[in-house]
Amino acid sequence: MAVVNPVLEVDAIRLAFDGVVAVDGVSFTVEPGELFAIIGPNGAGKTSIFNVLSGVYRPQQGSVRFHDQDLIGMRPHRIAALGMARTFQNIELFSHLTVVDNLMLGRHNHMRYGALSAFAWIGRARREELANRSAVEDVIDFLELEQWRRFPVGLLPYGVQKRVELGRALAMEPRLLLLDEPVAGMNVEETEDMARFVLDIREELGVAMVMVEHDMGLVMDLADRVMVMDFGKPIRTGTPREVQEDPDVIRAYLGEQHRTAGGVA
Amino acid sequence: MRGRPELYTSYAQDMAFLNTRPKRVSTGALLVVALLLPFMITDDLLQLLATGYVAAIGAIGLNIVTGYAGQVSLGHAFFLAIGAYTGAALSGDPDGRVIGFGVTSLPVWVLASGLVAALAGVIVAPLAVRLRGLYLAIVTLGLVFLGDHVFREWTELTGGPGVGRPAAVPELLGVRLDKDGAFLTGAQKLYLVMFVLLVIFGVLARNLVRSRVGRAFAAVRDRDLAASVIGVDLTKYKVLAFAISSFYAGVAGALLFVPNGFFDPGSFSLLLSVQYIAMVLIGGAGTISGAIMGALFITLLPRITRELPAVLPFISGDATGTFTVFQLEAVLYGVLLIVFLIVEPRGLFGIWVRVRNYWRTWPFSY
Repeated sequence: MAVVNPVLEVDAIRLAFDGVVAVDGVSFTVEPGELFAIIGPNGAGKTSIFNVLSGVYRPQQGSVRFHDQDLIGMRPHRIAALGMARTFQNIELFSHLTVVDNLMLGRHNHMRYGALSAFAWIGRARREELANRSAVEDVIDFLELEQWRRFPVGLLPYGVQKRVELGRALAMEPRLLLLDEPVAGMNVEETEDMARFVLDIREELGVAMVMVEHDMGLVMDLADRVMVMDFGKPIRTGTPREVQEDPDVIRAYLGEQHRTAGGVA
Repeated sequence: MRGRPELYTSYAQDMAFLNTRPKRVSTGALLVVALLLPFMITDDLLQLLATGYVAAIGAIGLNIVTGYAGQVSLGHAFFLAIGAYTGAALSGDPDGRVIGFGVTSLPVWVLASGLVAALAGVIVAPLAVRLRGLYLAIVTLGLVFLGDHVFREWTELTGGPGVGRPAAVPELLGVRLDKDGAFLTGAQKLYLVMFVLLVIFGVLARNLVRSRVGRAFAAVRDRDLAASVIGVDLTKYKVLAFAISSFYAGVAGALLFVPNGFFDPGSFSLLLSVQYIAMVLIGGAGTISGAIMGALFITLLPRITRELPAVLPFISGDATGTFTVFQLEAVLYGVLLIVFLIVEPRGLFGIWVRVRNYWRTWPFSY
């Protein structure tokens, strides 16, 4: 089999806020098309890793390579332009804008026209707007958001907002998708919908994903590999089965009961 | 498909400038009325409306930076002043008492005023990159005082406080727009020119805000973290918002005093900034038509209060008496702002949306 370069290579990053070490010595790689999950107790540094990857925080040590480009020190909008998209644990949508406009914003970097053509809204600006609207409709179709299209997202139910946020990330046509707790606070039905969308993204779009999630059932079912973290440090990285049987992981996060119950699935 | 005007069969129809038949009809009707007005009402009212149209251009500018991009600016009076002095100096009499270069062609000095003000906006914009909310408001407030001082002292340009200088000289294709001609009076000509300019700048602004750029502004306003993570360059768009807003302010400033023909450095005080904020808030932040409604409302307000002493005898029409129209005006500004912020934060535009939705479903409430 030909050697394929990993999508993402994180090497020994360390992030500290004064005395508090949020992330310490975390390394992992994400292969093309892989679904890589990060789990761990609250405050373990999972979201901090996402913030390092998307350029919101700058780590003191270590390196992040995305498709062979070094991301350390790059500003978030440049990293987004390279093809990294993310969703947030607490929804970060543009609440006054409609679903269509939120998704159109996801395609910001797929349009090139500037302010002067925007004033005229003819020629190139019009062409690009129409082409990208069509691309946005594909995402709306993919995530079954048709009925919400015209609503300002602030008025939509929580589960739908989560889906719109996923849609905005997908509209970017990313090469790597970071999902921060995609099913947090959702009921069973919404969780199953989201799981189906995540599977569809992997099968139909082939996008590599990194997912932070507390729903162990979802993680163990969907993920190819799992990294368990505690207090900013990685404890174990492996397949869901390996991780579930690791004594350190059970002690730090899953708990003994989990083992006696024969694994969650 | 016939008989179903709201059935869109292409994205082009859906995203069109006026995408419903009622919008096309009402816009057309408004255009016709506005173009017939100069032949129906008196010159002093026309002059007032012309000033209102110019104020609307300025209010659209403030709305772009504050209503759309969410950067609260109290410095609008400063950019209006820069436009006013650029226009007046460029078109002024070269042999006059104050600086003048004699370039009287209206399109030339209007564009130049906009560009000079936009340049000032770009110089000020880095502040917005570092500061937000109240801090930015306070710093832009400082601009007004800075400008106020410079314009009071620089008498070669401004004529000095209490004296002032002539406003820009409006000339188009060799025709003086402020002087009575064979067919039209000066007020009629100015009214028509200001109206055309408002339509042009209004359409341009409306195009801008429904484009990629306008959406990026809204993204910066609503969630700047999310905006940067989806690829919006925060610095670039904040600078751009200030530049475009200042351009509109510059254009409005240059035209604002043309109907009066004269202005004084005292005009560009904090009160002027507050008036523009009031226009945006009363009209409806984040809408172009709201900015126009707000600007016309605030410009016409003094005229309406002047009529009140005839109806309500306890209000005195001059500066004597216990309760004068001038006091009433000041009180009304405050009351209106408070009432709108509490009762209808979407402003006049919000009221219009409610009326429209009521009649759309009439006589049913759902």
